[in-house]
Amino acid sequence: MTGIGGFARRVVIGLPFAWLVLFFLLPLLIVLKIGLARSTIGIPPYTPLVGPNGIAATLENFARLGHDTLYLRAYLGSLRYAVVATLCCLVLGYPIAYAIARAPLPRRQILLFAVMLPFWTSFLIRVYAWIAILKPNGFLNNLLLALGLIHAPLPLLNNSFSVELGLVYSYLPFMILPLYSTLSAQDQSLVEAAADLGAPPWRSFLAVTLPLSLPGIAAGSLLVLIPAVGEFVIPTLLGGPDTLMIGKVLWDEFFANHDWPTAAAVAVVLVAALAVPLLFAQKLLDREVPP
Amino acid sequence: MTRVRSGWLRAGALVLGLGFLYAPIVLLVIYSFNESRLVTVWAGFSTRWYGTLAADAKFRDAALTSIEVALMAASLALVIGTLAGFAMARFRRFRGRLLFGFMLLALLVVPEIVLGLSLLLLFVACATVLGGPPRGIVTITIAHATFGAAFVAVLVRAQLSSFDRALEEAALDLGARPVAVLTRITLPGIRPALVSGWLLAFTLSLDDLVVASFVTGPSATTLPMAVFSSVRLGLSPEVNALATLFLAAVFVLVGAAAWQVARQERRRLGVGPFGR
Repeated sequence: MTGIGGFARRVVIGLPFAWLVLFFLLPLLIVLKIGLARSTIGIPPYTPLVGPNGIAATLENFARLGHDTLYLRAYLGSLRYAVVATLCCLVLGYPIAYAIARAPLPRRQILLFAVMLPFWTSFLIRVYAWIAILKPNGFLNNLLLALGLIHAPLPLLNNSFSVELGLVYSYLPFMILPLYSTLSAQDQSLVEAAADLGAPPWRSFLAVTLPLSLPGIAAGSLLVLIPAVGEFVIPTLLGGPDTLMIGKVLWDEFFANHDWPTAAAVAVVLVAALAVPLLFAQKLLDREVPP
Repeated sequence: MTRVRSGWLRAGALVLGLGFLYAPIVLLVIYSFNESRLVTVWAGFSTRWYGTLAADAKFRDAALTSIEVALMAASLALVIGTLAGFAMARFRRFRGRLLFGFMLLALLVVPEIVLGLSLLLLFVACATVLGGPPRGIVTITIAHATFGAAFVAVLVRAQLSSFDRALEEAALDLGARPVAVLTRITLPGIRPALVSGWLLAFTLSLDDLVVASFVTGPSATTLPMAVFSSVRLGLSPEVNALATLFLAAVFVLVGAAAWQVARQERRRLGVGPFGR
């Protein structure tokens, strides 16, 4: 603002900047530091980095992540769950976003609100609601039995199916919203031109609508993929004993094994892996929203 | 002919999509009024689980803690996030802008489990160096304000970028002081973003399990923590009743805010309450 002096400018930038450095960047650096420490019995349960004999940093926590296949399998398992969930959200979310974007204006706002409302309500409660639906004598099995479609309850809960379903259900609104904003901003005359030139609807969709919505597809995919990789609540409540996701492994290292350095090392590798798609997202958003 | 068919396809996508989103919530609410202790077997209408819930001190205390934390965290997030949104929207160039923008974006998507662990380690380091703050309501509030601020910043930044700055310039030209321009023109202009930002930070705080579990101490249990420890032991009709009350509160709160914002928007655009 032209009228605001240098002092105000310094406060507007400096205050949130300092807050983020103090409560986001600095904590991440501390995680890195403790990932380099050794686990001991005590409070806090890790060794200081600068000991009486000089620097006592160790890479053994990170080395263990490479040796012990549990961690590697958990990272890859999380990635697989997250990628499948992202693709399912895309396939499910695209038609919904498209239908909302092409609805008449007053109805469009109501539909958008209806899609976003679950996002405002408790994540934990929405995941919990699926247990009653999926368990062996739950709503879905009872319905299928009553219809005579199956003769014995299907194993729907505590396996990779239920984890995948929980991820898709929880993150679907994050896919629909960015898709909706690119689709609703699209110039409809392009589609009409394609139709005038004799293109059937599927052809104009593939040649015009879909390519123009690629930014929305990319943004939605990142908004689903990145948080889904580190998910903890869904694999814990809907997963089974063989569900291996890195968020759950980290939680158990910390709360069950009290091994803070290993938990920190797991977190460092997770953040490093997610930094790549995140940098991509920033580039995308900077182009999207010219401030 | 193809127009009609594609209309039906779109309606089908909406019905299926909204059905998928709402069916679990509707079942949860219906079975909170179930007489039976078994959550999936209907045994007649009853409100007994609401009575059990009201008498349960564990959930009541946790709910009060959660509301206290959420009120403070949302207000703090509103201040920090509004400043951050202003900084990103109005100042094209300053030292560290890239890092600042990256931190704001990373906060939106960083796994909660990483955020929780890192903040706990910060608070532990603080306690050894400075002797405080004690882990509990204060540390949860700081943690929730941090991620809440990132969401507020997105909304404020978006609204500021579509805000007509000619209004501010005109007021300044007419001799208004910068503070008056800010409080009379800019802030009222971005009110919808401020309202929805505060509400979003409030509900995110109310909903958070993972970060709070890390940064809390023995003194504070939030509602999601109490629900989680009860849900881990299996389904409970009491949790269904609690969830129903929670959903009702959120629906009313968010619905009222959305209606308010929509009404203002229509008044601004000069459109009647029932469309054009």
